[in-house]
Amino acid sequence: MEIKYKSTDSALIANLSGELDECTAEYVRMSLDTVLSDLRLSSPAKVVLDFGSVTFMDSTGIGVLLGRYNKFSKQGIEIAIKNASGHVDRILKMTGIYEIMPKIS
Amino acid sequence: MEGIQFENKFKLEIDARLENEGFIRSMVTAFAVQINPTLSEINDIKTAVSEAITNSIVHGYNGKAGKITVVVGIKQKLIDITIIDNGVGIDDIERAKQPFFTTRAKDERSGMGFTLMESFMDSLSVKNNPDGGLIVNMTKAIN
Repeated sequence: MEIKYKSTDSALIANLSGELDECTAEYVRMSLDTVLSDLRLSSPAKVVLDFGSVTFMDSTGIGVLLGRYNKFSKQGIEIAIKNASGHVDRILKMTGIYEIMPKIS
Repeated sequence: MEGIQFENKFKLEIDARLENEGFIRSMVTAFAVQINPTLSEINDIKTAVSEAITNSIVHGYNGKAGKITVVVGIKQKLIDITIIDNGVGIDDIERAKQPFFTTRAKDERSGMGFTLMESFMDSLSVKNNPDGGLIVNMTKAIN
């Protein structure tokens, strides 16, 4: 799992690539927490998680997303998800993640 | 599933370590390829196996050393997967299977592991192991 960040005028884009499971979850938590904590200085802010290159995700990934939502939504940070496809998209839909982190195109 | 005479079968005993999750997923799905699953069916199996293994490592052994046994059998278009650990088992299995139920919300657990296993496989059986730990059995018919 690797995360690359890119700032645009409207949002911070986090490009995730690889497998999001129990083995890689801690890296994802730490990376997102470090970067999103800095964003608080300029809140309200928007973060887009680009799942286009995530090749596998299980319920551990859902826990990671819920954790980031609980931590950062109260600080005015909006998190959205884009480009999740196939199996990953199905899990995000099934677990209701898109209700709190909208799916954008 | 008890009582089935499998045409092909493998058994793997491996350390309960997070680093082995991807390997176990790959082993099981590589074995399943002989009954020609679709990509979607492969992902279903991969996810269900990942959930069961995570449960063994995180809940069963809680980070302590232990072994996980994976037994996979194939008969015609059916794949049967059993994952056994010797961890702490589960006190109330029916409750643990409820969506979003977790005893570890603080650890950012979603409580969706058994729900995903049930959704992605055709059958799921979860039993405490008489020797201590948990036995998870799942089957899926490949279309």
